[in-house]
Amino acid sequence: MPDPAFLLAVVMVLALTAYALLGGADYGGGVWDLLATGRSAPEQRATISRAIAPVWEANHVWLILVVTILFTAFPRAFGWLSVHLHIPLMLTLLGIVLRGSAFVFRAYGPGDERFSGRWGLVFAGASTITPVLLGIIVGAITEGRFDPEASSFRSMYLAPWLTPFAISVGFFALVLFAYLAAVYLTLEATRDISDLFRARALTAGALAGVMALIVFLLAGEAPHVRASLTRSAWAVPLHVATGAAAFATAMMLWMRRFRAARVAAAAQVALIVWGWALAQYPYLIWGHVTIQSSSAPRQVLVLLLQVVAIGAVILLPALSYLFSLFGPRHVHTGTNHK
Amino acid sequence: MDSLLAARWQMGVSLAFHIIFAVIGMAMPVMMVVAEALWLRTGNATYIDLTRRWAKGTAIFFAVGAVSGTVLSFELGLLWPRFMEYAGPIIGMPFSLEGFAFFLEAIFLGIYLYGWDRVGGRVHLSAGILVAASGAFSGVFVVTANAWMNTPAGFRTVDGQVVDVNPVAAMLNPAAGAQVLHMLMAAYMAVGLAVAGIHARLLLIGREQALHRSALTVALWIGLIPALLQPVSGDFAGRVVARTQPAKLAAMEGQFETRARAPLRLGGVPDVDTRRTPYAIEIPGGLSMLAHGDADRTVTGLNDVPRENWPPVVFVHLAFQLMAAIGVFLAAVAVWGAWLAWRHRVFNSRPFLGILVLSTPLGFVAIEAGWMVTELGRQPWIVQGVMRTSEAVTPMPGLVVSLVAVTTVYVALAVIVAALIRRQVIEIHP
Repeated sequence: MPDPAFLLAVVMVLALTAYALLGGADYGGGVWDLLATGRSAPEQRATISRAIAPVWEANHVWLILVVTILFTAFPRAFGWLSVHLHIPLMLTLLGIVLRGSAFVFRAYGPGDERFSGRWGLVFAGASTITPVLLGIIVGAITEGRFDPEASSFRSMYLAPWLTPFAISVGFFALVLFAYLAAVYLTLEATRDISDLFRARALTAGALAGVMALIVFLLAGEAPHVRASLTRSAWAVPLHVATGAAAFATAMMLWMRRFRAARVAAAAQVALIVWGWALAQYPYLIWGHVTIQSSSAPRQVLVLLLQVVAIGAVILLPALSYLFSLFGPRHVHTGTNHK
Repeated sequence: MDSLLAARWQMGVSLAFHIIFAVIGMAMPVMMVVAEALWLRTGNATYIDLTRRWAKGTAIFFAVGAVSGTVLSFELGLLWPRFMEYAGPIIGMPFSLEGFAFFLEAIFLGIYLYGWDRVGGRVHLSAGILVAASGAFSGVFVVTANAWMNTPAGFRTVDGQVVDVNPVAAMLNPAAGAQVLHMLMAAYMAVGLAVAGIHARLLLIGREQALHRSALTVALWIGLIPALLQPVSGDFAGRVVARTQPAKLAAMEGQFETRARAPLRLGGVPDVDTRRTPYAIEIPGGLSMLAHGDADRTVTGLNDVPRENWPPVVFVHLAFQLMAAIGVFLAAVAVWGAWLAWRHRVFNSRPFLGILVLSTPLGFVAIEAGWMVTELGRQPWIVQGVMRTSEAVTPMPGLVVSLVAVTTVYVALAVIVAALIRRQVIEIHP
């Protein structure tokens, strides 16, 4: 049997991928709610709300799963993050609370414009800020600028995450989530709205490319990241595949093959997450905490793997049933492609 | 305010807030599916109206409970990183299981709330039943983890190192059974009686009789059966505490002196300086009887616990008295209700409806008080006898900032949720 700690790390990466593809797109929906303009703004917002209402809570649970696996299997990594990234984590939590509550308040509120408008703004604002914070946390873990000798408040609790690289990862995450949401929404809307999200998806895709470049350039501050992203054996095929997926998404959007675009965009973001995970290996927190150095006793890991396996057998069919019920509404699937 | 106190306050505020939503998220779906089953069976439109109202209530409470629960899962580390590094491998298992149960709950709640016209009646009802069942499992797992903090099991410590970790034995710790039973019953009792109280009030002021009668009937079944049995589970829980956490029991009872034939105290205010509990009505031998099943048995008092290991005696005693008094009162209400139901006079008894109205918040008050007994009664330990709360706290300074932020957000959310429930679930719209 392969090393159980390694397998659980893989499980966490897969759960994180699911969170990015599903939960991430829900955040992205909030971003487009914030940016909804023009006469069709109410309809844009209604489309977003209809698409995420039945699924956002389930999509959110991926994050909880990642955290519970992290503190069970890699308690030292969890302790480390909790201490050094206390501030961005706490801010993320406030964002999560405000976003979820505001969404349900708007959905079940009295429906008058002032009430909906106010809570809609809280929902949209929190949906925009939270991904940046999540990205910053990932960036900080990747960069690993934790100084064990540090003693001042600044160097212990601010310096690890207030770096150009971490902040650029934050905005990269925001753009990627908005991009995913726009691609997904092309399938959920009527023709006019769908066209609008198609244009936005293309723009966000281009912006994601720019952000990826910025992140890569700023990774000069974290030489190990750039090194592992460029030199290792898997680097070139992975970048080629990610680029191909990005290109395919753009082409499919252009040709209004929205189903194919959805698959390609999801593949693109998944490849980015996996690329990050590979660059990170074997570290959970770069330079400080590895999979091995932080893992729980073997019997705990084996038991947790069994729980995960049984859980997956129950969970995955239930999830696929949920998505089959609330999948794309077939309102508009692109009619003028041949 | 020092770090430890700020962290304890933040954890306390977060738990006190979340527990209300968690409990409603567990019990409300049960009422919702009972109403739906009655509708499917009778075709009576009142029940479908009720189902939809309770479904709306469930949706609001579940969403806020989901996000406030997320806050807690992170706060375990943000506030108590040393505790999680120590305990994560031992009690992470029930949290992971809870994660899966919660996942199922979210999935089937999505299907239930938004699938009315997409799935058949039976499938819809089954989705609701799965929501209720996963909610109960979530509660079981989380309380199991808490029970471990009271009666840690499933590991050994050799030279300061944790060895022989057995997560299953940790889950099956001595307090788990009693705590789980007591908490689950409290949840159904509190929610059932709160809903009953709301509808009793509307009946008394003469609104929509048919709807409120149906609502009251379902709510009373859900609330009164556990109310009747809760004193029994409380007695069971008390015996476990007596056996495993004598200092907590002594604080609950204001018992300073170690003695045989220890009295049961009703009321009273412990004085930690004179080590006496004046102003109490004492039932001779009552505590020995309840704790050990024999009035002549010895009960350990706080005098035999080192002073630095005392919990906050006054708070624990008063919180326990409050919880127990409410428990006894609600059990009496349950007996009265059963007698009226037997004579088919529930809806005609204005005094009974009046008592139900007064009882609306009592189950929740008892839950909060009970958790204060559990958590404050374990202090100064975060893991009983193993790790002190002060050893577990984060080195991060300035926690008072996040305490203020969390408190402000939660108070605001509570006000809005209350207003929404009032408007969307309780009121009748023409």
